[in-house]
Amino acid sequence: MSDLEFEYAALLKQRHRISTCFEWVCRIATGSALLFLAVLLAGVIGQAWGWLDLQFLTGFDSRRPANAGLLAGLWGTFWLILFTTIFTVPVGVGAAIYLEEYASDNRLTRLIKLNLSNLAGVPSIVYGMLGVTVFVRMFGMIPAADGWTAAISLGFGTLEIPLPLGRCLLAGSFTLSLLILPVVIIASQEALRAVPSSIRHASYALGATEWQTIRHQVLPAAVPGISTGIILALSRAMGETAPLIMIGALTYLAFAPGNLNSPLEAVQDPQRVLDAPFDMFTSMPIQIFNWVGQPKAEFQNVAAAGSLVLLILLVVFNATAVVIRNRAQKRITW
Amino acid sequence: MNSLPTVLTTNAIDQNEVIRVDVSRNDSAAVKEPSVGAVAAMARPSVASASSINEEHAVKIRAKNVDFLYGNNQVLFDVSLDIPEKSVTALIGPSGCGKSTFLRMFNRMNDIIEGAHHTGEVLLEGTDIYAPQIDVVLLRKRVGMVFQKSTPFPKSIFDNIAYGPKVAGLRNRARLAEVVEESLKRAALWDEVKDRLNSSAMALSGGQQQRLCIARTLATNPDVILMDEPASALDPASTAHVEDLIFELKKNYTIVIVTHNMQQAARVSQQTAFFFEGVLVETGETHGLFTNPTQKQTEDYITGRFG
Repeated sequence: MSDLEFEYAALLKQRHRISTCFEWVCRIATGSALLFLAVLLAGVIGQAWGWLDLQFLTGFDSRRPANAGLLAGLWGTFWLILFTTIFTVPVGVGAAIYLEEYASDNRLTRLIKLNLSNLAGVPSIVYGMLGVTVFVRMFGMIPAADGWTAAISLGFGTLEIPLPLGRCLLAGSFTLSLLILPVVIIASQEALRAVPSSIRHASYALGATEWQTIRHQVLPAAVPGISTGIILALSRAMGETAPLIMIGALTYLAFAPGNLNSPLEAVQDPQRVLDAPFDMFTSMPIQIFNWVGQPKAEFQNVAAAGSLVLLILLVVFNATAVVIRNRAQKRITW
Repeated sequence: MNSLPTVLTTNAIDQNEVIRVDVSRNDSAAVKEPSVGAVAAMARPSVASASSINEEHAVKIRAKNVDFLYGNNQVLFDVSLDIPEKSVTALIGPSGCGKSTFLRMFNRMNDIIEGAHHTGEVLLEGTDIYAPQIDVVLLRKRVGMVFQKSTPFPKSIFDNIAYGPKVAGLRNRARLAEVVEESLKRAALWDEVKDRLNSSAMALSGGQQQRLCIARTLATNPDVILMDEPASALDPASTAHVEDLIFELKKNYTIVIVTHNMQQAARVSQQTAFFFEGVLVETGETHGLFTNPTQKQTEDYITGRFG
C-alpha cells in the first residue's frame, strides 16, 4: 500500500464519523421540532379539557368563564376568510399570470417582482394601519360624522353599503387580502414558472391564442402549486390578530355579523347575509387574545379551548388543500 | 464571418490541410480550398441553380435575403431559399448553424423570443407572413410544427389530437371524433391507440408520442409541416416509423425538416440545404448534393470531417 493509500484509509473512519454525526444533528433538529409541537398540543389540550363543549361552540362571549362561547369568533372568521378568498384569488392569480405570461422582462417588471418579495415581509401591523386609512376612513374623503349609505335593492333584500366603510367586516377582509396578496402572487408565479415552456410552444404551434394556451395548458398544470400557495396564505390570514385589532375589530361581541347565528337563518332571512359584510365583527384569534388578558384564571382554560378549535380548523383547512392538490395532480401526469 | 477561419483551424486536420495547401499552391486541391474570400462568396448561392425540383413543384415558401438577430447576435446572414410544394426539404448543418432558427421563421415561433428581429422577407404562396395584417394564430394553423422533444399535453390521446381544432372553434363532438380518427390514421397511429383514446398520452412510448404530435399537427389541417429534428430522441425502429410517415405525408403536405442525421436527410428529402455559421452554403436536389457537392465545406460536412 502506498503512503497516499494509507492516508486515505486513516481518513475513511473520520469521514464516516462526520457523516453519522451530521445525521444525528438532523435527527435532533426534527425531534426537537416535534417535541415542541407535542408539548404545545399537550398543554393546550390539558388546559382545554372539560371546557371545549357544545355550549362553547354555540354560545356568545360572557363575563363568566363558564358561559363564554366562541360563536361570534367562528362566524367572524368564516366571513373574513370567505371575502378574503373572493378578493385574493382573482387578483393574486391574475397578477401572477400577467407577470409570468404577458409582461416583458424589463426594468419595471423586475422592480415589481423584487418589491413583491419585500411586501411579503412587511409586518402585519403595517397592513393594519394601511387598512385603517384606506378602507375604514377612506382617506377621510367622506367625514364619518355625516357618512352616507349606498343602498342597492336586490329583491330579496337591500344591500346597504356604508361610506366610508368604517370598522366593518369587509374592511377587515380587504386588509387581510392586501396582507396575503404578495404571498399568493409569489407562490402562483413559482407554480406558473414550473410549467415547461415546451407545452406553451406546442400549444402556440397548433394555433392557440395566448389566453387559450394559459387556460387549457398552463393553468391546469399550475393549479396544484397555486392552490397550495393560496391555502397556506389563507391559513395565515385566519390566525392574524394585530391588523384586525388595528382596524377596529371588537374584542367582546355578543352577536355574529349580520345577527346570522346558524346557516338556516341565511335561508329564512337573506337580509342578514347582506348585512353581515358591513356589520361589526370579531374573530377567533381576537377572542383568544382577549381571554388570555382576562384577570379570572378560568379564562385561561377558555382561551385554550379557543386555541384548540382554531388549530383543528387549520388542520382541516390544510388537509382539504392536500386533497385538492392531489386530485389536480392526478389529472396531470408528466 | 471573421470567426469562420478560426473555427476551421480549431480542427487539427483542417489546420494541417490549410498549411499544406499554402506551401503547394500548384496542387489541384488548392483550387478547392476555401479561402476567406471564397467563404464570403458562398453566402449568396443563386436560387436559380438550386435544383431541378423547383421546376416540377410550385414554390410554397420563399425566403428572400433573411438576416436574423437575437439582440446583437446575428445568427442568419442573408439567407434565400425556395421551398417546393409537396416535397421534403431538409435543413442540415452543425449545431448552432441557424437551421432551427430559420425553420422557426416559417411559423413565426421566433416571435416569442424577446429581442429577436430580422430583415428580409418570408413569403408563403407569395404573401409576406411578417406583414402586419397577417394573423399569427391563423398562420400557425396553416404551418404546423413538430418539435424535437415530443410534447404531448398531459391530457388524453383524444384531447391531444382534438386540441388544435378545438381552439380554432370546432365544438361538435362527432366532427371532432372524425378529425381525431382521420389524423391518427394519417399519422399511422390509429391501430395502436384506437382502443384507448381516453387514456393519457403520457403513457405512450417515445416513438408513439412523436407520431401523436405529428397527428396533432395534422388535425389542424395545415399545408406546411415544419419538423425540428423529429427523430433525434427516438430509437432506430421508431425513427424508421417516423421516416416512413414523412415519406407518406409529402404527397399532401410541404415538409421542411431540420436534422442532424445526414442519412436521414438523404433518405427522406428531395431538396437539401446546408447551413454553416448562419450562412446557407449550398442548396440543391438531395441526391446531387450528397453525391456531388459543389462547395468544399458541404463536402467536408457530409463526409464527416467536421460538425
